[in-house]
Amino acid sequence: MDYIGNTEADNKDILRELGIASTEDLLKDLPQDRIIRQRLGLPPAASEFEVKTQLRKIASQNSSVADFACFLGAGAYDHYIPSTVPVITKRGEFYTAYTPYQPEISQGTLQSIFEYQTMICNLTGMDVANASLYDGATALYEAIHLACEHTQRNIILVAKAIHPEYRQVVHTYLKNSRIIIKEIPFLAGLTDLAALKSQLTDQVAAVVVQQPNFFGCLEPVQQLGAMSHEQGALFITSVYPVSLGVLQKPAEYGADIVTGEGQSLGLPVSFGGPYLGIFACRQEFMRKMPGRIVGESIDNRGQRAYVLTLQAREQHIRRERATSNICSNEALCALSACVYLSSMGAAGLRDVATASLSGAHYLANAIGRIPGWKINFKTAFFNEFVATAPGNIEALNRRLLRKNIIGGLPLEKYYPELKKSLLFCVTEKRTKTEIDTLVSILKENR
Amino acid sequence: MVPKDLKYSKSHEWVKAVGNNTMMIGITDYAQEELGDIVFVELPKVEQQLKQQESFGVAESVKAVSDLFSPVSGMVVAVNEALGKQPELVNKEPYTNGWMIKISLAAPAELSGLLSAEDYEKLINEGSK
Amino acid sequence: MEKVIFEYHSQSTSYVPAADPQAAKKHIPVEYLGVEEVILPQVSEQDVIRHFTALSKLNFGVDNGFYPLGSCTMKYNPKINETVADFDGLAGIHPYAPEECVQGALQLVYELEGFLKEVSGFAGMTLQPAAGAHGEITGVLLIKAYHQQNHPEQKRTVILVPDTAHGTNPATAALAGYQVRQVKSDDQGDIDLDDLQRNLGPDIAALMLTNPNTLGLFEKNILEVSRQVHKSGALLYGDGANFNALLGLIKPAELGFDVMHFNLHKTFSTPHGGGGPGAGAVGTIKELTPFLPVPQVIKKGKKYFWKHQQANSIGKVRSFYGNFLIAVRAYAYFFALGAEGIARVGRQAVLNANYLKHKLENYYPVPYGRTCMHEFVMTPHHDWAVSTLDIAKRIIDYGFHPPTIYFPLIVHEAMMIEPTETETKETMDTFVNALGQIAAEAVQNPELLKKAPLTSPVGRIDEARAGRQLILKYEKGRDAR
Repeated sequence: MDYIGNTEADNKDILRELGIASTEDLLKDLPQDRIIRQRLGLPPAASEFEVKTQLRKIASQNSSVADFACFLGAGAYDHYIPSTVPVITKRGEFYTAYTPYQPEISQGTLQSIFEYQTMICNLTGMDVANASLYDGATALYEAIHLACEHTQRNIILVAKAIHPEYRQVVHTYLKNSRIIIKEIPFLAGLTDLAALKSQLTDQVAAVVVQQPNFFGCLEPVQQLGAMSHEQGALFITSVYPVSLGVLQKPAEYGADIVTGEGQSLGLPVSFGGPYLGIFACRQEFMRKMPGRIVGESIDNRGQRAYVLTLQAREQHIRRERATSNICSNEALCALSACVYLSSMGAAGLRDVATASLSGAHYLANAIGRIPGWKINFKTAFFNEFVATAPGNIEALNRRLLRKNIIGGLPLEKYYPELKKSLLFCVTEKRTKTEIDTLVSILKENR
Repeated sequence: MVPKDLKYSKSHEWVKAVGNNTMMIGITDYAQEELGDIVFVELPKVEQQLKQQESFGVAESVKAVSDLFSPVSGMVVAVNEALGKQPELVNKEPYTNGWMIKISLAAPAELSGLLSAEDYEKLINEGSK
Repeated sequence: MEKVIFEYHSQSTSYVPAADPQAAKKHIPVEYLGVEEVILPQVSEQDVIRHFTALSKLNFGVDNGFYPLGSCTMKYNPKINETVADFDGLAGIHPYAPEECVQGALQLVYELEGFLKEVSGFAGMTLQPAAGAHGEITGVLLIKAYHQQNHPEQKRTVILVPDTAHGTNPATAALAGYQVRQVKSDDQGDIDLDDLQRNLGPDIAALMLTNPNTLGLFEKNILEVSRQVHKSGALLYGDGANFNALLGLIKPAELGFDVMHFNLHKTFSTPHGGGGPGAGAVGTIKELTPFLPVPQVIKKGKKYFWKHQQANSIGKVRSFYGNFLIAVRAYAYFFALGAEGIARVGRQAVLNANYLKHKLENYYPVPYGRTCMHEFVMTPHHDWAVSTLDIAKRIIDYGFHPPTIYFPLIVHEAMMIEPTETETKETMDTFVNALGQIAAEAVQNPELLKKAPLTSPVGRIDEARAGRQLILKYEKGRDAR
């Protein structure tokens, strides 16, 4: 099947109108010897029924969080998604629209982004938020870029307890640039303050941490912020927005730029994407922000109305001097987050955060009491923590799968020193029964 | 509108002597018209040293952005703070209340290299053809 | 107008079990806990649904009507794509689930990369970039890595872009640390070969080229351009924004492109989502494959694996593996169209655009008038007392989305029109009639166009006020009015 609307007769009419015999007559500018003449090596055309069957077959080879109790987090969280979210984001008026460059017929997208920006500002305590970036990792890179531009300094101190893939992305972007990245090690699960202090000079553009960090531990952000500011460096954090249902707002601990992965706000885990890059900052950096921003104005009838604003920062106007090259963003994911937060409200978000952290503490407590198992870091954490097993963890995870449980994330790949260690995550979706079942199987690991 | 008593640069700035070796600088009516509704003007700090042709700031409109170039060398002695709250002054009164910076002139000889009102008018008429 | 969600007040609906309010204090030291309540809407489910439904009605998507937005390829978004993207076995898989739990997902990534290689002629492919511009930076970083690996002694610090290029091209090159130099177009709308020759030299890393270009014209000297670029030791980057014109018609690798991004949200029918998410797959010739981002999916026997280690890889450009559910939609599209359907796409897009151009030329000048590919650029008559903006706004009153306006920059008052292959002759004829009437109005009643749109939920918006007042979030009591 295809989605071409013209009939054969329509096409003949068009050819007649154009005074040509065939579409090939329109292709004279193309190098004729390069035009594809043989059949493409693709599957044969299929009916919608067959497409659905094929995709069902593929989907059936995957283990989904709908059928498995998932204890994986590490930047992708299995939170409950209210029914309101897909109902709204599946409206064709939203998902089949382009970027709202024609505001008169794009008020739906524009106002929802304005509301999203407001919610992100309220959650983080920042003054301004943009309309979204690709994901948490690229948002973190953009924050670093802004900090270097703003301070005109070229050293970045990045905590090693930040998500390894976020650090990899930052490295990819900054390799062979004038910016030097120095990684600050962790000690007992937290960024090593002494190590940080020894590197923190007046050449440092920003100190970058994650809160909670990759291990789920709560960093001493108040101190980290103060130390950064003492040297005139900006303090950048990457946050898990659901945690802000209970944790201190980044503005309260002195963050200058707040980034984060917004997947937890109403987006499915989706094998890693599409997700939602959150970016918010203090007023001072507004004109250096990346990405689109919606502002309020009035129309020629005196009504409140919304438009894209501060566009002179962007690539379509400033070209090689733009603050970022981003064009397409994750607008529909921002809409999901907007509907999610509207549905949950502050109380609902607090319930999600509280249930998640309670479940995680219940699990950590239980694992800590299994002989041979150890909780690596004895420090405050949110809904993730690291535990080390006495025996083979691959075999353990395979055994869990047979019981429809997806176990913790083995960390050795990212941190070679963390042998036999697993990162466990608990969300509000994990029941006491599921946690108890997990614990009973962990007990068999020796 | 090209006032006769000012000097002009090819990059559409005007210069006016305001006494004591001090020059007032802004952008021309033609330039503000081309840019459209100006929403933000980024100006330098007082005491900044500028060379002739060096960028001293940026004017942003809704749909465009333009560098501002200093027609003469010297030190910035004042900036038009009013533009912070009312950037539209550049659109409304480009030659008076929409001024941008005052410079204490370092090389008075540079003035003779600038365009007269007549020459500037010729330049913009050619440009718009 | 619909009020802001924060202006509603009703009883929130609860979606998860209530948690013990003391639990946070029990487990987490008080200095980490928030002091003030987070201000979020407090709204019942009914109000949430009514609010966002009301907002949706203020929007215009491809599902609402003809959307001839040039260079954006607003083709129809098949509904089966949405259905399958919601399957639990696709939307519900955790990116760190063990390989044995995600064999279907890996198969899909592997096969989609294969399909994209087949239609592009490239040897390597990655699905990691999340958007077109993200694909561009990935591609330019590949080019940088290639030059550094193969001849570290050379100082290739400049990237060339034509004056017709999308803004993302120069922005991307600058982001990757390159200087940007512009190459002129000739009077035919092609890249000026003499100017290109003048600019090519030992300092040039690459030329970034969109083909068809943003005038909708096929760069007819493409083979010569490619020869010159390669002779100078530079690489040829392809901006795939306009690839829909070539789909099933010609493979970019056969035209001499070394690396190119593909917007799955343009050519491969995945929706634009009001600005995103999209996906920007990147294809490369064999010589560049060692530098592709990690991880890559490999197949051994009947099993699929992630390959995380690759010595010369540029690394990762995004967390996890890219916008997977967008890839799912593109896969469904490939599967539906198959070899037969894909072969028709480019040709039909070209036929439709030429038809529309032919009809509209009766009313509007087309400055580069030769046979176009999937889109073309027209302007108002220079003696009309209305601007392109006025015409665009009036188009809204006739029930269509306006074209792309004021781009490319080399055409004064440009309107760039792209019908795509999915639109019918009947729809295009209705559009032509409307634009004919607007042309008449432009002569007889220009004031009408200056006031347009009259039928939209809001009229023209004061963008200068937005830029000066800068109200970027809702605050009680603050209002632009």
